[in-house]
Formats: sequence, C-alpha cells, structure tokens
Amino acid sequence: MPVYSAEGAPLFSEGSGGSLRLLAYLAIAAALMAVDLRTGLLHQARIAASAVISPLQTIATAPLRIAKSVREATAQRTGLVLENADLRKQLLFAQAKLDRLAIVQEQNNHLRALLDARQKLGLNVQLAELIDVDLDPYRHRILINQGSMHGVFVGEAVIDAKGLIGQVLNVEQERATVILLSDPSHAVPVRVQRTGLRVIAYGSGDPMRVELPHVPFSADIKVGDLLVTSGIGGRFPPGLPVATVYKVETDNSATFAVAEARPLAGIANSSELLLVSDEALALTPLPAPEAEFVGPPEGLANDAPMEPVP
Amino acid sequence: MSRSRALTAWLLLSIVLASVLTLIGLPEPLRVLRPFWLALIVIYWTIEAPEHYGIGFAFALGLLQDVLIGTMLGEHAFRLAIISFIVLRFRSRIRFFPMWQQALAVGALLLNDRIVVLLLRAIAGEFTIDWRYWLAPLVGAALWPWIFLLLDDLRSRSRQRDA
Repeated sequence: MPVYSAEGAPLFSEGSGGSLRLLAYLAIAAALMAVDLRTGLLHQARIAASAVISPLQTIATAPLRIAKSVREATAQRTGLVLENADLRKQLLFAQAKLDRLAIVQEQNNHLRALLDARQKLGLNVQLAELIDVDLDPYRHRILINQGSMHGVFVGEAVIDAKGLIGQVLNVEQERATVILLSDPSHAVPVRVQRTGLRVIAYGSGDPMRVELPHVPFSADIKVGDLLVTSGIGGRFPPGLPVATVYKVETDNSATFAVAEARPLAGIANSSELLLVSDEALALTPLPAPEAEFVGPPEGLANDAPMEPVP
Repeated sequence: MSRSRALTAWLLLSIVLASVLTLIGLPEPLRVLRPFWLALIVIYWTIEAPEHYGIGFAFALGLLQDVLIGTMLGEHAFRLAIISFIVLRFRSRIRFFPMWQQALAVGALLLNDRIVVLLLRAIAGEFTIDWRYWLAPLVGAALWPWIFLLLDDLRSRSRQRDA
C-alpha cells in the first residue's frame, strides 16, 4: 500500500501526496456525512453491523450492570425493609389517586358520549430500560433496551415517573435511540396548564432547562406555571407534564417574553423509562383545545418543528 | 511473518480495547472527561509504523467507530484522517520528543480535534457546549505517556518473543 511516509523525508516536508490524500479522504467523509444526514445511511450500516456491535456493547455495559447487581445483593436488609415500606406507601397514594382518576375518566367518557365526540383510546404504555446515555455528552440522546421487535416506533413519547423525557429518534431491532427534550434541535408543543396558553418548548442543551422564546408579551405566563404537552401535531399524547416555568423575562426587542422552564423528569438520571403512545392520536391529530387562544398564530403552531431536524 | 502477525494481533487488541473503553458506561460527571481513545491508538500506530498505518487506516477505523457508536457516518473518519495527517507530517519530530512534550503535542492534536467536531456539528445542526467540553483533551494528554509506554512495552515484548 503506497502510504505517504515521513521516513527519510525532511522535517516539515511539503508532501503534496499527503495533502492530496488527506483532501480526498476528507471529501469522502464529508460526502458520507451529507448522505447520512439526508438518507440515514448510518442507520442501515448499524443494522448490518449489529452482530459486532451488540457483543461489544454487552461487554462495555457489563461493569455498570455488575456494579448494580452487587449493590442490590449487598443492600442491607433494614434498608430494603424501609424502602419496601416507603414503596408500599407510595403505591397506596398512587392507587388512591388512580381511583379518583378512574372516576374522572368515567365522567369524561360520559360527557364525551353526550357530546358525541370520538372516543379516545387509553395510552399504550411499555416499560423500557436505559442501556446507555449517549457516548457524547453534548448530544442529548440515550439508548433504551426496546426496539422494533417490541413494537417501538419512531416518534413515540418517552416519559419517566415525573414527566416527559423525549421521543424515539430511531429504532433498531433490539434497541432504540431517544432524543431528549433538552436537545437544542428538539421542540415540544406545550400548553400552560393554568391558562391553556399554547407555546413551544425548545431544548437548550442543558438538561435542567427548556426555553420558551416568543411568548406574546401580553400572555399570561408566570413563574411556577406547569407546562403539559398539548397534543397538537399528534406526536405527543396530550397532558403529559413537561416542565415548570422558573423565569419569565422580556426579550431584547421588548415585544416578546422569554420564559425558561425546568423539566420535571429526571432527564439526566432516570434509568427506568416508559414508552407512551396514543394510537388514536397518531392517526388523527386532536382538534385544538378550546382554551382561550393567546399563543402563536394557528398556522405557526401547527407547522412548528415537531421533529428534531436531522 | 510471525512478527508482523503478532503486531497485527496487538493492533487489533488495542483497537478492540479502545472501542470497549469508548462504549463503557460511566457515571454522569465523568462522562465529559472521556478521552478520544481511538485517536490515541491511531496516533501511536501512526508514529510507530507509518508505512503500514497511514491516513487510509485512520479513515477506516473512523468509519468503524461511526458505525459502532452511532455518530454521523464519516464524522470520526474525518477527524481521525486529520489527526493521522498531522501526525505523519510531524512524525519525525514527535517521535524524539521527551515524553512530556509528546503529551503536550497529543493534547494539542486532541484540542484541534475538538474544534473540528465543533465545526462539523455546527454545520450538521445545532450543537451547544459548555466549558467542560474542553477538558477531554487534557485527560487524553495526561493518559498519553501511560498508553505509549504500555503499547511500546507490549510491542517490544512480542518482538523479543518472535526473535
């Protein structure tokens, strides 16, 4: 193989062969990246190479798994008893809440029937476990242990016990990549629960913060407001808690307010996740909620970027 | 013949090890510190055996890495090709640097790589970083002497055994 070699070449030689080679390789790499961004070439390559990837991944995640099982095995009995009691109490509370919710649900169904509205199906929920956070901490992706084999599909919402985490970005056979809502290229249509104001929450690159730029100045939004998914666009089921507003201020032009909110979900540290889908919703987007409209223009709200720009 | 086979075995082993170290799960605060393992391996083999392992070798390894960890296809290839090119260019000097200077040079290479990543990601889409982004090259530089000594030792051992 004729490789450019510094052997025998003077220090700092202007080896044009080397530069040309480099340029050629860089051009190939750039072309690959461009093709990959357009067509998802990588995804296919990964599927083809999964026979090699899976064992390596298993080896690499072994230390964490071993550490976890050792921790579990050596956990003190008293600690377990305490934890058990605690969980029992939580379960009780959750059950009480559920009972109440069931009544509300029934009422809701009844009212819907009266209004002759289309019945919505319940949520499909599926448990998934985190395999690894993205290797690059600056890309807000995580890997979960459920894939197309288990019925995961692209765009499915991912939540933890407290709130929305993100959505499925691409699916392999036995695992899937999730883009977190803190990713700068991610946007979620949300609704302020108190007022029904519709806004879009953009990722900020910081797991503890999402941004709500361009909130109309006159809009009613204040610190402490809870943001829930609005369901507009049909990507996320409506009503999932997303974040709480902790800062509202005027932007430079003084025509819009800019709000910042803290995600409720433990984006950086949840390891048990739920995949949530609402199939009826995925097929036909909800009609806009009849809250007073103070958000961005109708067209804007609907065309807003729902998917991460690839 | 057998010597080059032993060398190839070491090479493959170092690549597999680097891949595992790249994939290995780390607690959150340490994650940003993860050095670019494969770059260290490429730098080593490019310095030691440029007649076998040039830009093409780095490029191919980069593609493997892309497929393995799911970055944009071609991203690691791009980065490693640049690293390999610079190492080839300055090989005859780097090789005879005292160890601490070598580590500095490696740190500079890795820093340059961080800038390349920043550019690539900025072109491909939005990408935000914080100050911790620049720590990984320091870790890489600090690890370099140990990696160099380890690989060198293994290599000379396999050479002796074959001789």
